[in-house]
Amino acid sequence: MTAEAVDPAAWTCPVPLRDSPTVVMGHGGGGSMSAELVEHLFLPAFGEAAAAAAAAGLTDSAVLTVGDGAARLAFSTDSYVVRPMFFPGGSIGDLAVNGTVNDLAMSGAQPLCLSTAFILEEGTPLADLSRIATAMGEAARRAEVALVTGDTKVVDAGHGHGVFVNTAGIGLVPDGVDLRPARVRPGDAILVSGDLGVHGVAVLSCREGLEFGTTLQSDTAPLHELVAAMLDREAPGGNPDVHALRDPTRGGLGASLNEIARAAGVGIEITERDIPVPDAVADACGILGLDPLYVANEGKLVAFVAARDADRVLAAMRRHPLGRGAAVIGTVVEEHPGVVVARTAIGASRIVDMPLGEQLPRIC
Amino acid sequence: MRYLEEFRDPELAERLVKEIHAVTTRPWALMEVCGGQTHSIIRHGIDQLLPDGIEMIHGPGCPVCVTPLETIDRALDIASRPGVIFCSFGDMLRVPGSGADLFRVKSAGGDVRVVYSPLDALTLAIDNPDREVVFFGIGFETTAPANAMAVHQARRLGVRNFSLLVSHVLVPPAISAIMEAPSCRVQAFLAAGHVCAVMGTGEYPALAERYRVPIVVTGFEPLDILEGVRRAVTQLEAGQHEVDNAYPRAVPAEGNPAARALLAEVFEVTDRPWRGIGTIPRSGWRLAPAYADFDAELRFEVDGLRATEPAACRAGEVLQGLIKPHECAAFGTECTPRRPLGATMVSAEGACAAYYRYRRLEPAQAGAR
Repeated sequence: MTAEAVDPAAWTCPVPLRDSPTVVMGHGGGGSMSAELVEHLFLPAFGEAAAAAAAAGLTDSAVLTVGDGAARLAFSTDSYVVRPMFFPGGSIGDLAVNGTVNDLAMSGAQPLCLSTAFILEEGTPLADLSRIATAMGEAARRAEVALVTGDTKVVDAGHGHGVFVNTAGIGLVPDGVDLRPARVRPGDAILVSGDLGVHGVAVLSCREGLEFGTTLQSDTAPLHELVAAMLDREAPGGNPDVHALRDPTRGGLGASLNEIARAAGVGIEITERDIPVPDAVADACGILGLDPLYVANEGKLVAFVAARDADRVLAAMRRHPLGRGAAVIGTVVEEHPGVVVARTAIGASRIVDMPLGEQLPRIC
Repeated sequence: MRYLEEFRDPELAERLVKEIHAVTTRPWALMEVCGGQTHSIIRHGIDQLLPDGIEMIHGPGCPVCVTPLETIDRALDIASRPGVIFCSFGDMLRVPGSGADLFRVKSAGGDVRVVYSPLDALTLAIDNPDREVVFFGIGFETTAPANAMAVHQARRLGVRNFSLLVSHVLVPPAISAIMEAPSCRVQAFLAAGHVCAVMGTGEYPALAERYRVPIVVTGFEPLDILEGVRRAVTQLEAGQHEVDNAYPRAVPAEGNPAARALLAEVFEVTDRPWRGIGTIPRSGWRLAPAYADFDAELRFEVDGLRATEPAACRAGEVLQGLIKPHECAAFGTECTPRRPLGATMVSAEGACAAYYRYRRLEPAQAGAR
């Protein structure tokens, strides 16, 4: 056997987005490609305020002090392009409300109101749009948040995919609540609120070309009341010391843990066997060659809690219907800053890396 | 039976690890052939549990990794053409060709679609009679039956706008090539369980005899791999070189006769270049003359397209088990999953990607094993 002849000149790396001169799907995958787009393209263009906000750690929502400092508002926006638009347990409409509510909730905010904007593809059945709008109305009522302003645009047939929805939201951060990655420190316990990977597998199960039978329903749900229960300052023992929250949506738990490890400059150790992954998710991921740690969730959170308060916060989570399956999955450590390490099921260890873009199903 | 938890049981794993330690008296070098096994070994940290002297050499069995550069370039060429719907398994999309990858062709307007079965691509062809639908048919004996079935059905149904870009590779000739390389250090093989599920075990006794090397048909979960290692080491310690099936729940001795019959009808054996390794005689399948009408290389006249590998990439040595991924100077610096120089850094089953993803923290430790 002989190695083939080689040509190093075939490889060049234009900076700063050196891999692709055009947008590729991975830029929207919630992994390191998304992060590089923000860091190298958006932030330099947006100026000092954005850079300052980023330096404090990019979070799911911005917390703004208004007036004379009497009130702190959380502000967030998100766009929803999920395919298919309807899936077991929900629709793009549910996600559009719950997703933005949850981005606010991860700052500890009680959501107040949402805006919404629709980008509609010419030819989309009004019945579909109506179902989506109805789902949004119901989700907003459930979350006790008002849809107060909006916009509608239509694009030519073939230049969209049915319905794209954007929502933005404002919430009020209670006094004394301060949730951000920079507060995470070695010793913190890491908690998740329940079964992981359910939403992603439910959506995949009905994606074109991949239909497979599953009893899984998307876990889409508003998490602000669960968060309020975790932060309950009336509880005996006083204010539970929760340092940061994330909702592990695109990129899953793996991406969220990596983001926190990097933003806080800490190491993270998790124990695979303690991570709640339902059999149906594990089986589907096994068949498709996906890792449940990187599959999206829409009604789960991961919490970084001072060790002394971990049991109390875990108990509070388990008392709430959306936190019944809560579990402690790991701890924050001083070693290997910026890196997430998992103890494997058979007692060895491995790195849990930041996903690159989207997960690609393996060949065999 | 539950097929995941049971084969990841920590207590049974510990028992197997103890047995392996008990039976091992000196260093041995084992090669797991299949990229799926490499992924599992690194993901679960199986090699960390083995005796210091047992070295796992990662074999060439990642289908994405060994697909020749020029085949990727031919795929990019076809996928860029107007009127073509180019269908592929997901992890081929990020594999770099000479100038781009399929993701970039897609972002430039090419109609590139991820499908989960070649039969879905055939359905696309039936639904889009005015388009040319091409499926990227790569991989080992494992993926070949579904590709054969798609072409077989296309001919039976008279679907003229469907074709297959074929670059299949075969395990037994690769084992021969590895054993005949002067630098070969491999003393036993964990054969790829899913390849044997299709082809059976009949091709292996001659190899075991000729090279005096134990070959243990092995599965993919941690307990499967530990059992494969235990059996291989037991044979080595006893001076034996048998073919042993440690994956009988999936592998009957005769394989899958229906699949083998279809493969024999649709494909014929050919010399095949392996990316980073070179051409191995009679190590691949191409479409048989009766199916030449469905050969995308001929239909799109790309069979003359040639390409060369980047110099920094030592994927060939990794694929032959001559170096560990982190021993390559480009590993983790010039070459990352974000900017792969070679396909071993792309696929989840590629040894370089597996090391980068799970091991870059402690390269020294990974190297010691």
